[in-house]
Amino acid sequence: MAIGGFLFSLLVSTSTLAEPPSTAQQPLLMQLTEVKLSKALPVLQQLETSTGADMMVLFKTMLAGKLYYVKEDRSLIVVSKEAGETRYSDLFSAEPRHDLSKKQVKKIKVNNKLRGYLRESIARMQLHHTDPEVRVEAVRSLFSDLDKPTIELIRTARLDEQSRSVQAVMDVALALYRVKHAEDATERLEGVNALQGSLEPEVRNQLTLLVANDPARSVRKAAQKGLDKIAQQAEMYGFINQLFFGLSLGSVLLLAAIGLAITFGVMGVINMAHGEMIMLGAYTTYVVQLLLPEMIEYSLWISVPLAFLVSGLAGVLLERLVIRHLHGRPLETLLATFGISLILQQLVRTVFSPLNRQVATPEWMSGSIEINPLLSLTLNRLYIIAFALLVFMLLLLVLKKTSLGLNVRAVSQNRNMAKAMGIRTDRVDAMTFGLGSGIAGIAGVALSQLTNVGPNLGQAYIIDSFMVVVFGGVGNLWGTLVAAFTLGIANKFLEPVTGAVLASILVLVFIILFIQKRPKGLFPQKGRAAE
Amino acid sequence: MSTLLQNVFGNAKGFARLNGESKVAPFVVLLLVVTVLASACNLLLPQDSIFYVSTYTITLLGKYLCYAMLALAVDVIWGFCGILSLGHGAFFALGGYAMGMYLMRQIGDRGVYGNPELPDFMVFLSWNELPWFWQGMDQFWLAMLMVLLVPGLLAYVFGWLAFRSRVTGVYLSIMTQALTYALLLSFFRNEMGFGGNNGLTDFKDILGFDLQSDNTRVTLFIITALMLSGLLVLSKKIMQTRFGKVVVAIRDGESRARFIGYRTENYKVWLFVYSAMIAGIAGALYVPQVGIINPGEFSPINSIEIVIWVAVGGRGTLVGAVIGAILVNYAKTKFTAIMPDGWLFALGAMFVLVTLYLPKGLMGLWSQFKGEQAVAPTPVNPPNETSASHNPEEGRA
Amino acid sequence: MKIKHLVTGIALSMGATVFSVSAIAADTIKVGVLHSLSGTMAISETTLKDTVLMMVEEQNKKGGLLGKKLEAVVVDPASNWPLFAEKGRELLTQEKVDVIFGSWTSVSRKSVLPVLEELNGLMFYPVQYEGEESSKNVFYTGAAPNQQAIPAVNYLKDDLGVERWVLAGTDYVYPRTTNKILEAYLKANGVAEEDIMINYTPFGHSDWQSIVSDIKKFGSEGKKTAVVSTINGDANIPFYKELGNQGISAEDIPVVAFSVGEEELSGLDTKPLVGHLAAWNYFQSVESDANTDFIAKWKAFTGNPKRVTNDPMEATYIGFKMWTQAVEKAGTTDVDSVEQAMIGQETENLTGGMAYMNKNHHLSKPVLIGEIQEDGQFEVVWETEGLVAGDAWSDFLPGSKDLMADWTAPISCGNYNVVTKTCSGQTY
Repeated sequence: MAIGGFLFSLLVSTSTLAEPPSTAQQPLLMQLTEVKLSKALPVLQQLETSTGADMMVLFKTMLAGKLYYVKEDRSLIVVSKEAGETRYSDLFSAEPRHDLSKKQVKKIKVNNKLRGYLRESIARMQLHHTDPEVRVEAVRSLFSDLDKPTIELIRTARLDEQSRSVQAVMDVALALYRVKHAEDATERLEGVNALQGSLEPEVRNQLTLLVANDPARSVRKAAQKGLDKIAQQAEMYGFINQLFFGLSLGSVLLLAAIGLAITFGVMGVINMAHGEMIMLGAYTTYVVQLLLPEMIEYSLWISVPLAFLVSGLAGVLLERLVIRHLHGRPLETLLATFGISLILQQLVRTVFSPLNRQVATPEWMSGSIEINPLLSLTLNRLYIIAFALLVFMLLLLVLKKTSLGLNVRAVSQNRNMAKAMGIRTDRVDAMTFGLGSGIAGIAGVALSQLTNVGPNLGQAYIIDSFMVVVFGGVGNLWGTLVAAFTLGIANKFLEPVTGAVLASILVLVFIILFIQKRPKGLFPQKGRAAE
Repeated sequence: MSTLLQNVFGNAKGFARLNGESKVAPFVVLLLVVTVLASACNLLLPQDSIFYVSTYTITLLGKYLCYAMLALAVDVIWGFCGILSLGHGAFFALGGYAMGMYLMRQIGDRGVYGNPELPDFMVFLSWNELPWFWQGMDQFWLAMLMVLLVPGLLAYVFGWLAFRSRVTGVYLSIMTQALTYALLLSFFRNEMGFGGNNGLTDFKDILGFDLQSDNTRVTLFIITALMLSGLLVLSKKIMQTRFGKVVVAIRDGESRARFIGYRTENYKVWLFVYSAMIAGIAGALYVPQVGIINPGEFSPINSIEIVIWVAVGGRGTLVGAVIGAILVNYAKTKFTAIMPDGWLFALGAMFVLVTLYLPKGLMGLWSQFKGEQAVAPTPVNPPNETSASHNPEEGRA
Repeated sequence: MKIKHLVTGIALSMGATVFSVSAIAADTIKVGVLHSLSGTMAISETTLKDTVLMMVEEQNKKGGLLGKKLEAVVVDPASNWPLFAEKGRELLTQEKVDVIFGSWTSVSRKSVLPVLEELNGLMFYPVQYEGEESSKNVFYTGAAPNQQAIPAVNYLKDDLGVERWVLAGTDYVYPRTTNKILEAYLKANGVAEEDIMINYTPFGHSDWQSIVSDIKKFGSEGKKTAVVSTINGDANIPFYKELGNQGISAEDIPVVAFSVGEEELSGLDTKPLVGHLAAWNYFQSVESDANTDFIAKWKAFTGNPKRVTNDPMEATYIGFKMWTQAVEKAGTTDVDSVEQAMIGQETENLTGGMAYMNKNHHLSKPVLIGEIQEDGQFEVVWETEGLVAGDAWSDFLPGSKDLMADWTAPISCGNYNVVTKTCSGQTY
């Protein structure tokens, strides 16, 4: 995915230098506009090997699905949409064509087969790209389809390749070709030895084939050794991967539950509308993106404080209007806030429609970091883990270092005593509730990047959030942290064994039993207030 | 208004409760009269008579009465013992499934695949034999036993664990919610052998009587009404016994009751089991009347809705819960027909307004209205309103 | 009714929806609409309600049917399955409708089915479903598995050279059955057991990390892999997002979905979905006069130029047109006559061909495969040569391969066993 975006940004810079297509290419290009989708591949293949204009720009535009032609004269153009405005420009000269409108142009269709070909063909052209990382990617994307001409290309490129990492993948490619096609067993053995240490899936597949089919025993043995090594590594990275998934689920649970930990833990208030506070945060993100369509990249940074304010305000209102009157009657509070949650859901349904809303993911959060072929960490999850921890730290700071925090802790430990000391408990209650709800709003911003933004968003997380808080121990932020990550990791390690549904059922049953054993959770609140 | 509210608050629980209880007898009489009239009007009158009650209405009434029974189950533990269960839908659904299994087995080889042993959905999933828990469910007595036993046993195990560990208040509520949620997820799984999301449906007959005939429908309706009346009377009697008095004592001060020497957890467990069984019966009567049981009944939202029926009617009054369930469901039928989108607003507002302004529900309002002259208003706050209850466990509902 | 209230003293009555229509009822033909307008299914079903209303309005402009006006009676079963039975009964006994258009989920259809059979009603069901059913009182205008799943698999197998299969679905009856059928079909075509991975997730599943990573691993073992997705509604977007984030593109591992249509894609971030596939009998992007006309009318009717059309809408359209034709042919709205008149009806579909109603109450329709485009529309990349007849009973399931449905004499049975020559499970 990241490549796609990168390719396109590259396109802009290269296209200005392009020279016009040669006379040999002209009829082919013409054909491209007429030919049926299923017959387009040979045309493209001819274009790739033709001389004249660099076809890179054509291929990249086509891959991005932005290649159109003018119906009248069948000339190729690029159609791009920027900030809601459609722009037309000539493919090879990149000159803008203001005279065109939507009706005069037609899209050149692409399907998966063509996309696959285009990507490979671009990779072949990119073997000499200036950026070594692009070269590595180019070679790797050629792995699955190594034929003679491609290998020749790689071999020549290898001769004057300077970068170590590119050399390494090129060697793997050459070795792969060798083990597959060499007649001589020693040569294949050499190839197998050269492949040792590489974790590429193609290497593993090739070795598996060798173990099963190679006539030479030495080759089979070497291949088996290589496979064992890969299997060992795969097990370790598989574990790390699962751990990462668990942490990621844990961070989502933490974000969803931490606001609840404050309102529940400090005020003893069961806020069934907590999920809807998360939902409000997510919808805030949607509205921000709707109002500032050209600032998608920064939209999350704007949304975080806004969501805090929106949900926080809703929380304060809820506290002032409803919860205050039900003080000390937690079960009634539960019912009343459940009513509020129904109203908020229906409100959102009426205002924004019951359909899920589109929240775009900024470019910097898309894709993943590939550590090696067996382990890659998705960026959005990584950011959300970091974000969850950051929010946790900040909250801890607020509670430990500010006067509001001091008041909150005082009220939570002994309300009457705090009152007697002159703390305005009702004001503290409102602020606490606002804080908890505001954090739920922030969680909503993060969740909008992972899941659907719709009226049911909050419902999906409310039960999980309660489980986390209760499991961790009410009134203990660290307990919430530990509980969230424990449940997240447990869930993800159970999932491969039992399947997703049974995993969540087992976790629920575990919590139910655990609470019977330790009714106050993992880390019960200590001190006089607790009993 | 404010004095009125204070009175409602102030007229402590016992007063309203007694008043509510004393209404059981007249209510039961009324219920039975309505049932007999409606049944007679359905069976004896020609369809074009203005007094004719359609079969559609009969099944609708039957459904309301099942819900009323479910509300009664919640009221028994919430109103009299202060245990707020947000998972009573689970017991209801389990009872329903037990009945559903019996009805499924009654289909026999009349299913679409014509398999005499296996219900259609099992043939469909290429199962070869009946799972063990389906064995014997073609016997009516066993199915009825299961209607009582399964919810009862679940309630016993859950209650025994929870009450012995002194899990109370909101913790308990959340655990019951988790319980029904876990069951919801389980019953959705097709591997469980309960038909997955589709549940059990396409029933043909019960004890040999065609489920689609008017006679069977009316009979089921009458049985439901009789059962509800019986359970109302029984619940009232139970609450008047020594057991019932201890239960109320536990609600008003569990620690005190314990210090006096009562094993409070035992009382709570047995009451919980009793209540779960009522819910199971309600579910078993519900299924043949609506014709389908599926995991949707386990959804936590449903269980919370039951609580609001009780709250609207007035908890701790038995009759109030029944009236609340019937009224809210009637409103729902009407309301969703007129403006489908508005129903959730109305339901949500009901939750908020009833908890804020009508903590004793409609029955409370009624007693307030009746008792205004008789009893001098006592403007005192209930003890637990003002006392410092800084942690969730202590606040009793 | 008033008097009864006084007698009983309790304000209970039937949940009559439409209060004032009884006076004019005699001169109209009533069309019941049984689609959820609230609850989880409202998103999808409201569109179909509007489609029926649009068709009724149009028919009335043409002068109605049999010289009478059509009148739509809309009820809301609120995505609550038992309510489908209750509201179905209300439509048939209280409102006395002549036909019902309704239901989306299988469970809602199963819930209302006994009521339809008891009261001899007539319903048109417009959504793709798992098959394994043919009722005298229902016409199935959506796709059966052999009109969606099997052609899609053929396309992947023959055109894309797919050899390894992930069958991923939400855990309910439609995916279960479809995957059972596909599994049997693939094995019959020589696919080995270890080249098929089957996975079920709960409704609304949102954490796809592990599953997508499993799919990635499964697909990296040398053979071309594809995912056949029967994942339902809400769970789809997180699924596709996760695919994108883990670097799986449509060229590497294409996903073909049976429950993702224009409506589901409208207003969503389609970036991670581009290039993935869907199999339907209709796409909005198909160019035909009938379709252009239909889309224009739909946009005008809803007053929203951005509204999209989708496959279940076409199924409703075909169903409605066939019903009007059948009523005209029978000269009455009597259910039994219309039911017989329906069989063999043909009408224009929206993709430039014809649709036929077969003896098993299922349609013959073309099957199209489209690639998702950035604008949330589909680009047709493949279609069947001719029409595919809907098969009520799959040939690939052990329980149903001997069964067939034929509603014409002398068989007149929805579950006819061709081996034992018996008809099972008929209550009428």
